[in-house]
Amino acid sequence: MEVLAILIPVALVLGGIGLAAFSWAVRSDQFDDPEGDARRILDDEYDDSPRGE
Amino acid sequence: MTDTTTDALSDAPSACPACAATPMARRQAVAAAAEAQAGRVMLSLPGIRCAGCITGVEKALAAEPGVRSARVNFTLKRATVETDPGVPPARLIAALDRAGHTAHELDASALSMTETDRAGRDLLMRLAVAGFAAMNVMLLSVAVWSGAADATRDLFHWISAAIAIPAVIFSGRPFYVSAWGALRKGRLNMDVPITLAIVLAVGTSLWETSLSGKHAYFDAAIALVFFLLGGRYLDHRTRAVARSAAEELAALEVPRAARIAGGREEEVRVGDLAVGDLVRVKPGGRMPVDGEIVAGTSELDRGLLTGETRPVFAGPGQAVSAGEVNLTGPLDVRVTAAGRESSLHRMADLVAVAESAKNRYTSLADRAAGLYAPGVHILSALAGIGWWLYTGDLRLALNIAAAVLIITCPCALGLAVPAVTTAASGRLFRQGLLIKDGTALERLAEVDTVLFDKTGTLTLGAPEVTGLDAHARADLALARALAEGSAHPLSRALAEAVAARGIAPARLEGHREVPGYGAEATWQGRTVRLGRAAWAGAAPGETTAAWLAVEGRAPMAFTFADRLRPGAREVVAGLKAAGLHVALVSGDAAPAVARFAGSVGIDDWTAEALPEGKAARVEALHSGGAKVLFVGDGLNDTAALAAAHASISPATALDAARTASDIVLLGSDIAPVAGAVTTARSAVRRIRENFAIATWYNVIAVPIAIAGFATPLAAALAMSASSITVSVNALRLR
Repeated sequence: MEVLAILIPVALVLGGIGLAAFSWAVRSDQFDDPEGDARRILDDEYDDSPRGE
Repeated sequence: MTDTTTDALSDAPSACPACAATPMARRQAVAAAAEAQAGRVMLSLPGIRCAGCITGVEKALAAEPGVRSARVNFTLKRATVETDPGVPPARLIAALDRAGHTAHELDASALSMTETDRAGRDLLMRLAVAGFAAMNVMLLSVAVWSGAADATRDLFHWISAAIAIPAVIFSGRPFYVSAWGALRKGRLNMDVPITLAIVLAVGTSLWETSLSGKHAYFDAAIALVFFLLGGRYLDHRTRAVARSAAEELAALEVPRAARIAGGREEEVRVGDLAVGDLVRVKPGGRMPVDGEIVAGTSELDRGLLTGETRPVFAGPGQAVSAGEVNLTGPLDVRVTAAGRESSLHRMADLVAVAESAKNRYTSLADRAAGLYAPGVHILSALAGIGWWLYTGDLRLALNIAAAVLIITCPCALGLAVPAVTTAASGRLFRQGLLIKDGTALERLAEVDTVLFDKTGTLTLGAPEVTGLDAHARADLALARALAEGSAHPLSRALAEAVAARGIAPARLEGHREVPGYGAEATWQGRTVRLGRAAWAGAAPGETTAAWLAVEGRAPMAFTFADRLRPGAREVVAGLKAAGLHVALVSGDAAPAVARFAGSVGIDDWTAEALPEGKAARVEALHSGGAKVLFVGDGLNDTAALAAAHASISPATALDAARTASDIVLLGSDIAPVAGAVTTARSAVRRIRENFAIATWYNVIAVPIAIAGFATPLAAALAMSASSITVSVNALRLR
């Protein structure tokens, strides 16, 4: 049963990382244009150098 | 002035060390000033379909001088452009047009909510936290259910508590706020039993855990919050989509006007116009304000205000009201009332008063909560008191009371309505109907009478020539030649109709248009005229007509009828087939209305109805026990739209009419309206089924809980099962 002392924190930390990543994505407008982002990836316009902004 | 002083400062030799910073500081100040003035243009891109279009649009915009950045949002079909100050949006639209993309300017101030959906994000974050906590707590609970005992069980319960309590406090906030708001007003809503169930479940579980008890309901409390937030978020999404589409419709009408100051024309916002300003309204433009014509003659289309199809003559000295459309010549108008004072706004105020009638409608969910909340509280309290008196064990009694509250789980009830309305709204949206109001579907389902407006609703508000065969070919050739030089809607319809018959225009000399009257030319040495009756030397008749006068002959009339909206006959037939009474109420003249009613198959019609008359008709029907659906588009319909039990307006309607109505028809085809009533009825049937499912489930589960046989595992299973049944039942709607 000692393994629980490791496994439970591991499960919580992994879940927490997922939650933090999701929270970051929501806060930084990643869900503002889901359809557009799905299509932009097919575009080779900025393949060689990133879009300068 | 400021520039010269700063220049002098920076050009002078540095007298002090601090002055060395001035050029930099100045540049920053200038940049900040430019930033403040810099333009932000929002463009609607209705035709954007592919990945290539995104970069195509962005490149075309970036290539324009003065554009700082451009970003396309494909989901909203919209582009946001940051520009230098003074870049006219018209130039950007022209540049996109050259690149092959259609664009319309949007009024950024009308798009307040779509920009960032804060409420939606907030709900999504709470949903994510609840989901994370529910998964982890469930993991530990499964271990307890499968037999963990003693110290392990207690440890798992304590870890569950450590995860669940903060998560429940954070995620459940929308329910607590709403429940507190209702309690303070002395009312009960659905959120009161939800809050009580959560608080009691967490409280007794914490007590049990501290006493090394067997049962803890942490997983039930957090799962309850997760399911209910899911319902809330669905509900919010549906409304946000509708609201953003409605906002875009409003934003497409950019409120600008051409003000004449010091002999020059300048573009200003309508909100900046003041009484006494001089405004120029071009042909095809809508009157931005109430006013008096100072110069110019033209004809006005007042269809949106009165329902009349016949254009009205307009000349100096005549009063005009906001919303009328100028047809032929430019008009200079002196503003007599702007903004809040204009007749458009006064009408909107009337609507605001009438809208409270709509707010009195109690939704199905609220009615269910009104029955459910007291019932559950009484049951739970009775179970608790009963067990306390019977055993004298307060801990057991509280545990059972909590189990009853949790197992009557409002989950299924909380999902019953949003799951169905999301499915139904999505289906109607794909058919081109925008549901703006939360209870619109329920009200639409109860409707038994449909009142239609004529002009602009069952018709397109565009004229069509009738009885062209009665005229000689030579006359038609003349009419086409005269009509082709004019932009007047009647002329255009006439020229198109004659051209469609393959009749070539006659040869004319000295063609000129007389704004407000018609067109005039010389044909074989004789003067020919096409235009208003009095100008052509005829007596004005009842129907809309353009008169052709050839010198030395009696004038002849080309009559027009309003063009039928596609799907008009189908919608009337469809509604009648669904068992509804269909009637027509129009502000137009009786003969035109009678002929029209016959052609679409409506027997019950009223003509020359005033705006108050339309609203009074709705009220009279309501007091007779009928539930009225009003379909209309004009300013004269707004009062009736607001008074009706449910209301629909086409996208071409005036902003005030769209605001007053529950549902907006996006396409030009009106046939989906008949389908909407059927969909609404089946949606309400599904909602009632969902309530029935939730009730039956409670009938079985509650006695088990009261008898004291409920375990946390049973509660979790029952909660998930009922939520899934209800959601799947809602999906059957598709």
